[in-house]
Amino acid sequence: MPVSTPPTALTAGVPTIVVVGHGMVGQRFLEALADRGLTPAAGTARVVVLCEEPRPAYDRVQLTSYFSGRTPEDLSLVEPGFMERHGIELRVGDPAESVDREARTVTARSGETFSYDTLVLATGSYPFVPPVPGKDAEGCFVYRTIEDLLAIEEYARNARTGAVVGGGLLGLEAAGALKGLGLDTHVVEFAPRLMPVQVDEGGGAALLRTIENMGLTVHTGVGTQEVTAGEDGRVDGMCLSDGSSLETDLVVFSAGVRPRDQLARDCGLAVGPRGGIVVDEECRTSDSAVFAIGECALASDGRVYGLVAPGYEMALAVAEVIAGNAASFTGADLSTKLKLLGVDVASFGDAHGAAEGCLDVVYADSRSGLYKKLVIGQDGTLLGGVLVGDADQYGTLRPMTGTVLPVAPEQLVLPAGAGGPVTLGPSSLPDDAVICSCHNVTKGAICEHTTLPEVKKCTKAGTGCGSCVKVIGQLLPQPADQGLCGCFEYTRSELYEIVRTLGVTTYAGLLDSHGREQARGGDGCEVCKPTVGSIIASLAPTVGASGYVLDGEQAALQDTNDHFLANLQRNGSYSVVPRIPGGEITPEKLIVIGEVARDFGLYTKITGGQRIDLFGARVDQLPLIWTRLVDAGFESGHAYGKSLRTVKSCVGQTWCRYGVQDSVKMAIDLELRYRGLRSPHKLKSAVSGCARECAEARGKDFGIIATAQGWNLYVGGNGGATPRHADLLAQDLSDAELVRLIDRFLMFYIRTADRLERTSTWLDRIEGGLDHVRDVVVHDSLGLCDELERLMADHVGGYRDEWAATIGDPERLRRFVTFVNAPDAPDPSVKFVPERDQVKPDLDILAGPVLAIRTLEGTSS
Amino acid sequence: MTTQTLETAQDTRTIRLADGDGWFTVCDRELLTPGRGVAALLPDGRQVALFVDRSGRVHAIDNRDPFTGAYVLSRGLVGSAGGRPFVASPLLKQRFDLETGACLDDDEVSVPVFAVRAD
Ligand SMILES: Cc1cc2nc3c(=O)[nH]c(=O)nc-3n(C[C@H](O)[C@H](O)[C@H](O)COP(=O)(O)OP(=O)(O)OC[C@H]3O[C@@H](n4cnc5c(N)ncnc54)[C@H](O)[C@@H]3O)c2cc1C
Ligand code: SF4
Ligand code: FES
Repeated sequence: MPVSTPPTALTAGVPTIVVVGHGMVGQRFLEALADRGLTPAAGTARVVVLCEEPRPAYDRVQLTSYFSGRTPEDLSLVEPGFMERHGIELRVGDPAESVDREARTVTARSGETFSYDTLVLATGSYPFVPPVPGKDAEGCFVYRTIEDLLAIEEYARNARTGAVVGGGLLGLEAAGALKGLGLDTHVVEFAPRLMPVQVDEGGGAALLRTIENMGLTVHTGVGTQEVTAGEDGRVDGMCLSDGSSLETDLVVFSAGVRPRDQLARDCGLAVGPRGGIVVDEECRTSDSAVFAIGECALASDGRVYGLVAPGYEMALAVAEVIAGNAASFTGADLSTKLKLLGVDVASFGDAHGAAEGCLDVVYADSRSGLYKKLVIGQDGTLLGGVLVGDADQYGTLRPMTGTVLPVAPEQLVLPAGAGGPVTLGPSSLPDDAVICSCHNVTKGAICEHTTLPEVKKCTKAGTGCGSCVKVIGQLLPQPADQGLCGCFEYTRSELYEIVRTLGVTTYAGLLDSHGREQARGGDGCEVCKPTVGSIIASLAPTVGASGYVLDGEQAALQDTNDHFLANLQRNGSYSVVPRIPGGEITPEKLIVIGEVARDFGLYTKITGGQRIDLFGARVDQLPLIWTRLVDAGFESGHAYGKSLRTVKSCVGQTWCRYGVQDSVKMAIDLELRYRGLRSPHKLKSAVSGCARECAEARGKDFGIIATAQGWNLYVGGNGGATPRHADLLAQDLSDAELVRLIDRFLMFYIRTADRLERTSTWLDRIEGGLDHVRDVVVHDSLGLCDELERLMADHVGGYRDEWAATIGDPERLRRFVTFVNAPDAPDPSVKFVPERDQVKPDLDILAGPVLAIRTLEGTSS
Repeated sequence: MTTQTLETAQDTRTIRLADGDGWFTVCDRELLTPGRGVAALLPDGRQVALFVDRSGRVHAIDNRDPFTGAYVLSRGLVGSAGGRPFVASPLLKQRFDLETGACLDDDEVSVPVFAVRAD
């Protein structure tokens, strides 16, 4: 095989760095090279990366989030254009097969050979599968790569029960995933407690109770003896060391990982007795031209680190050494904070109290699954700790490790009401305290920035496991004024609370009592008027305001669309959208729409929401049009409001051969339930009858996908300019469970979102994100659910069709004239010209007698 | 019905717009809702947007939105900034001072204002 030559003149004559393994640490190393100008683009090095997996580096730590809706692309760690920009040669799907250290070459599976000056091994680890009989049966998996997850997901479709071998960090994550896939899930752990490495006995016990309460079956203190398979070769059960057995359709091995050091062994590099490529403090192997970083390395302190943060530190150290500077990796602490199956688990420092003479301060409450332990040294310094059930203090306690705590330690572990807890704000931390342990970023470095996105971009803090984000938020300056507008210093959600708790029913009342001093008694503005109008409308039945949006003062609050119950178009005409729930319509009703459009000369178009938009109505025509539509049984479609638009549906089980539920019926039920619900922004929804997702439910604010067992509910999706796939909130819900959960979700959103904030941005903004929302609406962590459901019941009970209420009332109809002094005169500026057999606005008329040129400029701005 | 409607129902004043040397009668004052506008048609075909602010003062500006050319300013939302009333165009939301017609979001643009009285 010929030795591959540098492909461009740029890299001729410069040293070549070959990286084997493009995992999390490999990618971090490439970024560190780029930061130091060690790239082909900078003309200083040729960089070749051999990547075994079929895709570039992705966030393995967040692997499980694939099951809550993150796509493999979402998980990517490589910024688009990164490789191209720096001229790095990435060979995806082409692993290194051998290294010739004499010749300094690496040969890849493709047969190509690369010369190196420096070789960096970042091969990670492989899951250890205990050598039990039957371990290779069909239905046995490991849990390490995206491909593993895809395979598990596929196989689980035809499985009912799943078992995870190993009750450590990864095992519990895998168990959570299996449970999420609808399997009856068992965890088999050889040690006497769960997560034996991270937590102590008390912590393990607290964890066990919480996890059992979630419906998982845990077997501790037993080993797996054999995996049994049926005649078809597929797994059907497991025999355990205590003589018992377990029926299961699927097995995931998660019994620890082993460093991938085979390549190093084969070329004669030193490896440890229990594996791991031996490296010194600079991460150099026994060959000074070869480095090893990440999980494959046996660090100079004699440990193999199975966490990403130490791997990142090694990557930075090696890049620094290659750049000619001094750097070293001498060890790292094993602090971790995780959310396992919704339970916070954290351990830091000397969690097991190994230091001599140290003492434990422990608080345990088995009923609520709480366990907190701090390890304190003889001189009062904090040495480490374990937190289970509530790990909020992790962010501040971990950086304090090694210092004497400013308050008595018991005050920090006791629950509120029992003399504690004293919350130590991050302000009490010294500047050199490490806040983000994933990226080793100190408080001082974070405080140089002012916003979270800036911190993430410039320091990378918060972009690893994410557990430090909350503390970062507390360190950053709080934005001075988050008020809604010049009239209110409150946010929308604060105003919502004020209206709800004080029962405020008028805008003027709210402005005069809660507006900014200088705005009281004034007219408000175009921002807060519709916002407050919407809040009052969504709470109308509850606070006792009129439910009709055009009554009294409310009329003056609405944007023109709400004011005329139609959508204003560019020439001053309006469009009309009757509701067609679920997109299902009878031929008779279709004919009525056609006749109305024909008789009033309206342009018709099918919308993306499975209904029909009729354009070009003058204000004075709206009541006439709606009289005919209401007579035929139509209702307002609320296309004009910040409220529920449509619930799209696919045809579903009734007709489609793949369907597993009646998606049309569900869509109609939901659309009728939430019609007219005023919210911070428009709401869209869809229901698909099976996983093929023809209704595109995951692009919606709340989307529902049928499963064989019921319904999966996804939330926070969006199309448009910033598309976002909705996240899975809960699965396999019955009809009633689904409706109840949507009730809670929507009301919680309406209550807490900002003005014009779609569910997608809201979900990304609110503290705790999807997990928090799930806690609140599924687990009722704030005790709010009863109230949220009641608010929705009020809405459903109080709903009246706005158009029916309007055309029956001459007083209300009076506004639908173009000119107050000439009610019969049509608007002379609303004119149309033909186009493709229909009409379009005549814009020439609008150019107007004066200012024609300025109009053009104005329009284009 | 709310108290506001009761108040305006007793309002028997008439709104008039300056037209050449005289005053053109438009409508009864009670037809206007505070904070909201209506459009009126002048004998020469011009369109005027009429508003009543919260303090009861009546304002009149040209109904044409100079940014889009559409005759829609009467359908915008009324507000006040620094004590001065304005209307925000319902199309692209630029604000116009109801007393001077000046656009608050673009120094170069303004709309004509009309003298108006309500008695
Ligand atoms: C489900 C899960 C959850 C986790 N959660 C956490 C957590 O919460 N916190 C934490 O700190 N850590 C966590 N980890 C561990 C973390 O993912 C690893 O520590 C980290 O990925 C190590 O990075 P690495 O680059 O050393 O190895 P990897 O990310 O495994 O990358 C190594 C890459 O090298 C490739 N490779 C191997 N041999 C070759 C070859 N010969 N040629 C080319 N390529 C090769 C492999 O295919 C792989 O892509 C978790 C891991 C998993 C699986
Ligand atoms: S989502 Fe499923 S049920 Fe619905 S139309 Fe598509 S294939 Fe059929
Ligand atoms: S500690 Fe993990 S991202 Fe900061």
